[in-house]
Amino acid sequence: MSIDNNMVDKKVILRFTSELVEQPIVYQLVKEFNLVPNIIRAEVSPEKKGYLLLGLSGTEANYRRALICLQQQGLQVQSLVEQVSWDEHLCTQCGLCTGVCPSGALYLERPSLEVRFEGEKCVVCNMCIEACPAHAMRLDV
Amino acid sequence: MSKKSYEEINAKIKQGKAVVVTAEEVIDIAREEGLKSAAAKVDVVTTGTFGMMCSSGAFLNFWHTKPKMRMQQVWLNNVPAYAGIAAVDAYIGATELMEGDPANTRHPGHFRYGGGHVIEDLIAGKELQLRATSYGTDCYPLKKLEKTLTIDDLRDAFIMSPRNSYQNYNVGVNCADKTVYTYMGLLKPNMGNINYSTAGQLSPLLNDPYFRTIGVGTRIFLGGGIGFVCGPGTQHDHSGQRTTGGLPMGGAGTLAVTGDMKKMNSRYIRGVSMLGYGVSLMVGIGVPIPILDEDMLEFTCVTDADILSPVCDYGIKYPTGEPPELGYVTVAELKSGEVNFAGKCIPTAPLSSYPMAKEIATALKRWVSEGSFLLSRPAVLLPTVEGYERGE
Ligand code: SF4
Ligand code: SF4
Repeated sequence: MSIDNNMVDKKVILRFTSELVEQPIVYQLVKEFNLVPNIIRAEVSPEKKGYLLLGLSGTEANYRRALICLQQQGLQVQSLVEQVSWDEHLCTQCGLCTGVCPSGALYLERPSLEVRFEGEKCVVCNMCIEACPAHAMRLDV
Repeated sequence: MSKKSYEEINAKIKQGKAVVVTAEEVIDIAREEGLKSAAAKVDVVTTGTFGMMCSSGAFLNFWHTKPKMRMQQVWLNNVPAYAGIAAVDAYIGATELMEGDPANTRHPGHFRYGGGHVIEDLIAGKELQLRATSYGTDCYPLKKLEKTLTIDDLRDAFIMSPRNSYQNYNVGVNCADKTVYTYMGLLKPNMGNINYSTAGQLSPLLNDPYFRTIGVGTRIFLGGGIGFVCGPGTQHDHSGQRTTGGLPMGGAGTLAVTGDMKKMNSRYIRGVSMLGYGVSLMVGIGVPIPILDEDMLEFTCVTDADILSPVCDYGIKYPTGEPPELGYVTVAELKSGEVNFAGKCIPTAPLSSYPMAKEIATALKRWVSEGSFLLSRPAVLLPTVEGYERGE
């Protein structure tokens, strides 16, 4: 069995601008590349800029071909080898990061107002790493 | 109206019989039992806050050196401390930057380390680098000193902060069309988000809004140890607008505080970096409120829904010095996660920690209940609203 037929299960972020928002991206991934997509999160701003956080499983060869095809269409593709982690011991539970996190990965439990981090939702935008006063958010490569 | 004196309350604390509850628990007790019976039952209400308090700092004494030195300039981990006092004394301020910090030359700056972190590291027992220089005198000949030290190597180390524990505080929003990086955090353009900083119903000075029990000498929880109120903090303002319930509708009261750093715990006092702004210190403070009478009990029943905080524009007005207030929202609304303001639904995020404020109020409750923490009658109360009778 060639290495290209290895099954992979990856997470990618696709960032797109207005012209691309109407494109049937997910459909294409299924139809042309036989990948099983799992939309973890999607957001489109009023100016029609947005991102899609996708889980993709399929063969490695198809996965690679799909990424190239998406890039050729002008999408910014970031595969999530990088991960953000939360150091609970350094965290002061201030909550400030929840105001900058665009994906809802960092949020406040109510009514306790305790900070929670759900790594699966993170789109590695780095906002929390910049904004956290206690240096409790870190980028792991 | 039934009254209790400090002496009576302290006698009960010593016997381990005092009824001590937090500023949140008291709300439910009063609801269930009524003010009168709650006032008779409860002896002490404990408050708590854990937020960024820039006007903080510490006096340090390094012991005399051999030969002796009149330290003229002092650095700790490369952060300058003020040494324009006696020979081996210095003052390290919370917002002091590390020497050579690029600050905002590449905006927004990151400010990884500064005075607040020095204070935290000392309390955490970490090793720090001391560097001092001097011009040398006949009595103090040494001109240069470099050594590694921990807080145990200091003769004295105490917090002495000119302004902590604001009674109420501004709510930050940005009316400009670009992001601003402020001491209230990152504020998105066109009122894109709201940041707020208050302990709300747990806030020490909102539970005694006319300062009937707080003043010079009040024993408090400070940074995990025991501290004292020195008096009103800088910018203490007792004359501002109040709600019909008597709560100030802006910053208002403040505390100057002091406490022995050697007995503190770095869980409750933390150096912080604010993107584009600088460094600071998060300080944990808890003040016990003696329930001297029914009025005091009623004051401590303040809820988040009663507290109005001013929404301020940090994009255009605040920086120019114009009055920044755009209107008022309640702390209950702020805590809900979004507020309807100026026709917009705006998401909110806190800057001060509610879970930690609660933890501090609970820790102080334990100290008082266990009999290890007595209440002190202030030598002088904080200045209050003109004409308000405190029955001193
Ligand atoms: S900003 Fe940092 S310290 Fe504050 S809650 Fe988020 S992770 Fe914790
Ligand atoms: S990097 Fe931080 S701010 Fe960005 S999505 Fe992940 S958790 Fe949220």
